[in-house]
Amino acid sequence: MRANTWAGRNKVEVRDVPDPKILNKRDAIVRITSTAICGSDLHLVDGYVPTMQDGDVMGHEFMGEVVEVGSGVAADRLRVGDRVVVPFPIACGACAACAAELYSCCENTNPNAGIAEKMFGHPVAGIFGYSHLTGGFAGGQAQYARVPFADVGPLKIESDLTDEQVLFLSDILPTGYMGAEMCDIQPSDVVAVWGAGPVGQFAMDSARVLGAAKVIAIDKEPYRLRMAEEAGHIPVNFDEVDVRSRLLELTGGRGPDKCIDAVGLEATHGSAHIAAYDRIKQAVRSETERPHALRQAILSCRSGGVVSVIGVYGGLLDKFPAGAWMNRSLTLRTGQCHVQRYMKPLLERIERGEIDPTRIITHTLPLDEAERGFEIFKNKQDNCEKVVLKP
Amino acid sequence: MTPLAAKDRQDEVQRRGRGLGWMSLGLGVAQLAAPDTVRRISGVDDSATSRAVVPLVGVRELVHAAGLLTSRRKSAWAWTRVAGDAMDLTALGIALARRGGSRRRRLLAVTGAIAAITVVDLLTAVQATRKKDVGSGPARKGGSMELTATTTIRKPTSEVYAFWRDLENLPTFMAHLEQVRTTGARTSRWTADAPFGKDVGWDAEITEEVPGEKIAWRSTGNADVPNTGSVRFVPAPDGVSTEVHVVLAYDIPGGTIGKAVAKYFGEEPHQQLDDDLRRLKQVLETGEVVRSDGAPWGKRARKEFPQRPAQPLSDAELAKGADA
Ligand SMILES: NC(=O)c1ccc[n+]([C@@H]2O[C@H](COP(=O)([O-])OP(=O)(O)OC[C@H]3O[C@@H](n4cnc5c(N)ncnc54)[C@H](O)[C@@H]3O)[C@@H](O)[C@H]2O)c1
Ligand SMILES: [Zn+2]
Ligand SMILES: [Zn+2]
Repeated sequence: MRANTWAGRNKVEVRDVPDPKILNKRDAIVRITSTAICGSDLHLVDGYVPTMQDGDVMGHEFMGEVVEVGSGVAADRLRVGDRVVVPFPIACGACAACAAELYSCCENTNPNAGIAEKMFGHPVAGIFGYSHLTGGFAGGQAQYARVPFADVGPLKIESDLTDEQVLFLSDILPTGYMGAEMCDIQPSDVVAVWGAGPVGQFAMDSARVLGAAKVIAIDKEPYRLRMAEEAGHIPVNFDEVDVRSRLLELTGGRGPDKCIDAVGLEATHGSAHIAAYDRIKQAVRSETERPHALRQAILSCRSGGVVSVIGVYGGLLDKFPAGAWMNRSLTLRTGQCHVQRYMKPLLERIERGEIDPTRIITHTLPLDEAERGFEIFKNKQDNCEKVVLKP
Repeated sequence: MTPLAAKDRQDEVQRRGRGLGWMSLGLGVAQLAAPDTVRRISGVDDSATSRAVVPLVGVRELVHAAGLLTSRRKSAWAWTRVAGDAMDLTALGIALARRGGSRRRRLLAVTGAIAAITVVDLLTAVQATRKKDVGSGPARKGGSMELTATTTIRKPTSEVYAFWRDLENLPTFMAHLEQVRTTGARTSRWTADAPFGKDVGWDAEITEEVPGEKIAWRSTGNADVPNTGSVRFVPAPDGVSTEVHVVLAYDIPGGTIGKAVAKYFGEEPHQQLDDDLRRLKQVLETGEVVRSDGAPWGKRARKEFPQRPAQPLSDAELAKGADA
């Protein structure tokens, strides 16, 4: 089959690879009809997530049709012919983490738990196409994928919603939603979202759905800010204005009640000096992150507020404003999304028309053009917000 | 030294190596971020040379830090710190010869501190080097080795106990076992998997069993690798899960078998038993050992990284199976 693979730093390549096979009894094989490129894939391609290998099949946002199931998958759970969206974290459904609905922390699905434990203190779940640290599972930017624990994760789509309407249930819609949910939003809340990428856009929409009074979008890409504005959010361009002053203005001096970091470890900074400082530290490995958005979110948040982090971090960061966090009673919440927890309720919201996930799709390309897809998404060319690939 | 004391000392060396790494990180950052303060405290704020030297030393410290914090080979990186100390002491000596008064007092204090740090660095470097010679300690030279590990399984103690008590189940999750055959109520015949020692086998007997709570066993007769083991099953505080506490002890002989066993356990013998218990948990909670494209061989997956790429296996690879 054809598959988009990691081919070293800053390089992806669509190659011919073997078709996937059932390796465990509870596996299914899915013929992929739609898949997408995610901001998390950029961290892999840019070389910030260790343990990638040449030839790793990328992609963790995909859906399609079940073409084969293992002997351990009960027919009332999943059958050949079912149309499914596959959540990016692989979860067993039986461990203590799964019982607590902390699916991305599943204790059983990462065959490389030993390395993950060394990096993170405790292991994390397996994830499709997302380094060997999270299990070494082939991803979904391909014609077919093997889906372990197929009787737990995949969501059956039985209505006639299009791929485009449901594809993002695999990751970014639940992720944005979880970012907003962790904020414990009250009707009087002003919510500020750093990053107007796909995840940020969905965090904004979710904050609105959960009843926020005002939602602010912070980014530097005018077209992404315009997209947020068209959806009813207030744009703030950090290249043009001082974010802190603008936020104070927009909140009567209080600061946003809830702040969401939807940027992660590759944030850029308006000041060249500070951007250079973190880039150098990242290069000599004395920090692995460039946490500008996180720092700014913590310093901006009103006292007693919540900072919700859905942007990805991988290792160690420097100049964490611990003083602001501690002395001003801030709550910090975070996590890789526990996608399985949100798929059904969000599908219902899509069916009821409360959220329109298709609004962020700017490009649809054949899988064979994945390389170009990565390029325009990464470099923000051609007003690219989200790329859907068709195998 | 007893094997356990040796292990404690190795842990202490690793810990100290990491501690020195963090110290380098702090120093490096201070020298880069606030070089003037560092120069004032050290009494060399009157020298133009020091303006250039202090940030350079800072960069060097960051290199030490990166090495000590991220590398498992602490010895080489600890020696780079010793070399750095020698450089610093030389520079301080030159500076001292040229100064008097309060600057000289500050310089003397800093020199004293660096001298003390040099002693710690030297000690760590020497011990880390010796640790490398010892390899996986007793395993390499022959001797006894004790491993402990623990996990929590979301199943009642009775079920986890019953699974383990049927000793024939052990090879489903213990990487070093090919087969266990029950030969009597309390006796069994164990065969090792090739990487542990080709054609190695031994008889074992259960020495203690308390249903739902504990099982202990030991090899009998003329075992190639005499060993004992025990496992305790303790109800976890959540009221549904079982804590599994395992202790294994091996008497590792010299010669070829000893070498194979040492190689099997490698640099981090504990990792093997930790992984065994992860697989036990997978089997009991999900029914099987979980496989990925990068690590497709379940308990025969010998290497965590680099492994085969996360890409589906070809028919030929699948037919061939794991490397022995
Ligand atoms: N927690 C999860 O489960 C999960 C799931 C999916 C994605 N993610 C992460 O979410 C983050 C965003 O993903 P995405 O697909 O939207 O990526 P993206 O790269 O398209 O979006 C990031 C946006 O942040 C903006 N940005 C950069 N620096 C900024 C700063 N200092 N302040 C404000 N905005 C800044 C960029 O211009 C860009 O528009 C990534 O880190 C991704 O890995 C997390
Ligand atoms: Zn994603
Ligand atoms: Zn689980």
